[in-house]
Amino acid sequence: MTGVIASIIDGVLVGAVYGLAAMGLTLIWGVMNVINLTHGAMIMLGMFALYFLTSALGLPPYGAVPVTITAGFVFGVLVYWIAVHRVIGRAHLMSLLSTFAMNMVLIGISTALFSTSPYNVPVPLPGVTWREYTFTGTHIMAAMLALLLAGLLYLLLYRTRIGKAIRAVADNRDAAELNGIPTTQVLSFAFGLGVALACVSGTLIATLFPFTVLSGGAYELKSFVVTVLGGLGNPAGALIGGVALGLIEGVTASFMPLNWTPIIEFVLFVVALILFPRGIFAFARA
Amino acid sequence: MTAHESFSGAAEAAAPRSEERDGLLAIILRHPFAWLIALLGLVFAILPVWGDNVQLRESLLLAAVYVTLASNLNIVLGYAGYVNFGNIVFFGLGGYVCVYLVSEWQWPLGVAALIAGILVSLLALIFGLGILRLRGAFFALATIGVNEAVKAFVANFEPWGGAAGIYLSLDVYEPLGGPGQALWIVYFLIVAVMTASLFLSYAIKRSKFGLGLLAIGENEDAAAVLGVHTPRYKALAYSASAFLPAIVGGLYFFKTGTIEPGGAFDLTRSIEAIVMVMLGGIGSVTGAALGAFLYEELRGVLLTTEAFSHFQLVIAGLLLLGIVLFAPGGLMGFVYRRWPRARRLLQ
Amino acid sequence: MTIKKLVLIAAAALLTASPALAADDMLTIGFTVSRTGKLNNDSIAQMRGFELWRDELNDQGGIKVGGKQYKVNFVSYDDESVNARVQQLYTRIINQDKAQFLFSPYSSGLVATAAIVSEQYGRIMLTTGAAEEKTYKLGNKNLFQVYSPADLYLAGAIAALKELNSKSQVALVYKDDPFSKAVLQSARKQVSEAGLTTVLDEAYSPETTDFGPAINKIISAKADVLLGGGHYPDGATLARQLYDHKARLKWVTLLVAPDSPNFATLGEAAISISVPSQWEPQVSFKPDFGPTAAEFTQRFQAKYGIEPGYHAAGGYAAGLLLQRAIEQAGSPEQAKVAGVLNSMDVTTMFGRTKFSTNPKEHGLQMGHEMVVAQWQRKGGNVVKEVIWPKAAKSSDVVY
Repeated sequence: MTGVIASIIDGVLVGAVYGLAAMGLTLIWGVMNVINLTHGAMIMLGMFALYFLTSALGLPPYGAVPVTITAGFVFGVLVYWIAVHRVIGRAHLMSLLSTFAMNMVLIGISTALFSTSPYNVPVPLPGVTWREYTFTGTHIMAAMLALLLAGLLYLLLYRTRIGKAIRAVADNRDAAELNGIPTTQVLSFAFGLGVALACVSGTLIATLFPFTVLSGGAYELKSFVVTVLGGLGNPAGALIGGVALGLIEGVTASFMPLNWTPIIEFVLFVVALILFPRGIFAFARA
Repeated sequence: MTAHESFSGAAEAAAPRSEERDGLLAIILRHPFAWLIALLGLVFAILPVWGDNVQLRESLLLAAVYVTLASNLNIVLGYAGYVNFGNIVFFGLGGYVCVYLVSEWQWPLGVAALIAGILVSLLALIFGLGILRLRGAFFALATIGVNEAVKAFVANFEPWGGAAGIYLSLDVYEPLGGPGQALWIVYFLIVAVMTASLFLSYAIKRSKFGLGLLAIGENEDAAAVLGVHTPRYKALAYSASAFLPAIVGGLYFFKTGTIEPGGAFDLTRSIEAIVMVMLGGIGSVTGAALGAFLYEELRGVLLTTEAFSHFQLVIAGLLLLGIVLFAPGGLMGFVYRRWPRARRLLQ
Repeated sequence: MTIKKLVLIAAAALLTASPALAADDMLTIGFTVSRTGKLNNDSIAQMRGFELWRDELNDQGGIKVGGKQYKVNFVSYDDESVNARVQQLYTRIINQDKAQFLFSPYSSGLVATAAIVSEQYGRIMLTTGAAEEKTYKLGNKNLFQVYSPADLYLAGAIAALKELNSKSQVALVYKDDPFSKAVLQSARKQVSEAGLTTVLDEAYSPETTDFGPAINKIISAKADVLLGGGHYPDGATLARQLYDHKARLKWVTLLVAPDSPNFATLGEAAISISVPSQWEPQVSFKPDFGPTAAEFTQRFQAKYGIEPGYHAAGGYAAGLLLQRAIEQAGSPEQAKVAGVLNSMDVTTMFGRTKFSTNPKEHGLQMGHEMVVAQWQRKGGNVVKEVIWPKAAKSSDVVY
């Protein structure tokens, strides 16, 4: 029994990071109705950022977090102008394909630079032991930082002017435009923000597990699952959805052979899509 | 949209349907495109035999597989406008069913492949009824989910080898006359399937069914109001687009001699099929074939040129980006605009 | 294409027109290496073994056979640790690059794929880095396995364990891939035959990077022994996370990963972890030809700056065996070389080599034996010692 509880706690800890990653995806989706298929690549870049910042520049691991956020934001804005701006109004297919194309380019360049070999960033942190089980310090730290960043995002969205502008544009772009809000700039800001969240979640994940150029894909899929669970455009839902997913993973890992976890995830995903297209936690946005 | 640019060609060509029945020659002359397709199939079949060129056969085989995937994808993507991101699931499942039947039950290849096609398109019908209720991006995501779920399931399914997959014993090639000859036979079968795929997508395009799909792609609600039975049409299209890719998957993995979940349900390949359709011209049969062929040749060159092997993905991505941003009609879109007459001939 | 062909024909004509004696003929050997991807660590080690052999051979003038001297030329590509590429590249190596002989890629999964291609076109392939047996039971004619087969892998460790504690509670946690599954299939039987209790038996997906859930399960099952793992990245990560989670296991044997010299970078986490090994630098076989293990180790270290693990040794041995077979056959002709390989029973620095000629399992390695090595702390350093079988050991077991 204690084993199950240990797995659940572990799952929840990781789930917080999943939630952070999904927040980036759902923000972009909610604000501009674009599914950012570069999401996985951005997570991956965040992972590599940690590697290079710690090895080349000798930064302490968690010192990389603010760097990644800033760099991710700038990069996100750049990607917006390259790939997203022209396809915003058009059919969904176009934005899906253009972001996917950008994704291919990013992964291709990264593969050329880093190859598909595994990388690892060891982060020595004392863990917390409870009976026979130990919760690694990195897991705890990652979860705390994820929650902190989520809180900061909330503050930004609900207590600042730019946040208000973002919410206005998300609600009704034309009305916002008419009210004097420079919607294009706001959209690029929101995109940058979404990417920054993806990148920093990658950095946190890299403190937990080894990764390769292709690792982003798995977390992107998890982000989709979480976004669907939490309801698109709903950052709070994303966080809860992330924790829920982490919990599900922890529970299934305890009771079923380890291999079944991905199956459960995807079946859940498809079922959730079919039954609850608006998200299981469809809270109204304030 | 641009898919429909190529479709107006279909409408024009369909106009002289009111004529009385003519002799066979006249019927044949009325469908020059069908002849082009047959010719392509013949060229594919003859070229490598002529020079006894095994390397050429290998690269044409891959090209033929991709043309099959792309032209079948066109049915759902190009005509009805539904983005099937997970289209590779048909290919992979077909591969598994066929390889399993050949290896465990010793069925002959032709039968196994055919059964694979039938089973997978039935499954597609069932799945389709579920996910085709979703629109736009949700549908696209759901197809990814289906692909990943199937991949994860197969990776745990012991009778199909689990994560390690199935390895064919070398005596499966004996009924076909040994490995050397078997490889040739499989090649011809794949070329036949490719030709059939092109015929199929052409035939659908020219039919009432195809017009219905086009209407759905244009505006689904309007189409429904106008009497098009959209759920049935969509499900049929989805199922039809699964049949031949499943068969070609069976043939391909038989030839490879091994199948495992990662390679069978490779999402990248799925996306590449979409790139091919977009590159060639969405909704155009010629486009799908052209796009697949060009892309596969490009890929082959990049694969073995050491300097570029990693750039395959970058170039593909830039290509796709360029098409989406600046030329959504693809190559054939450009051709159709420049030479409107071409629409009739090169559907 | 046609111009290239013309040039080749012209070149061939020129070559054959020149005097036969003293001509430097070329023997082309083809293979793929996982330069990138999850298998890169050990695949590159294997390749270095190949290359050391080739360089030494070419320095001596090449293989002397039938009045001619053949220098060896490699044709190799990066398979990125991916099956589809192995398939395409071996097809190319055979048809376009016209390699006369083949070495295998590294890892049972990739080798199985390469073997299908090599058999489809009827070329001899020496497989190294591949222990899974099923590949040889599919009716092949031209495969020759250098490594000991998978079912022997954990036998030594289990025997050692039985001696140390016959009441061990064993957890079997391993990678879901052809090699590890094959090893564990035999290990399962061996564990119960040894009278030990299995408390956990699970495979993890090759994509796993988080072994937390697995480790929690091991702890919950109250195991004190862990047997399993897979290849380098997952093995190393598992070892590291076991340490982070303070799993309190008395005995850990992991496949493959701990044999790599890189495993030492795990520091404390590496101590007392053991690995079944195809070869260690300390072995003392008396070779029928070629260098001794000590000489090989020294040359390898001189060239690459690190000690060779068994992957490199296996690569080198493959070269030695092929060279010997061609020399004894008196010609590089496929059928003759295959004939020699089939009747071969020799000892090299790698150990004894004898290939099975039973058509149902052609090429399976029958003569070679495995050892168990363990990482121990000696004089402030973390080093690898041979602990089993007792006849070959260089240090006592740490339990």
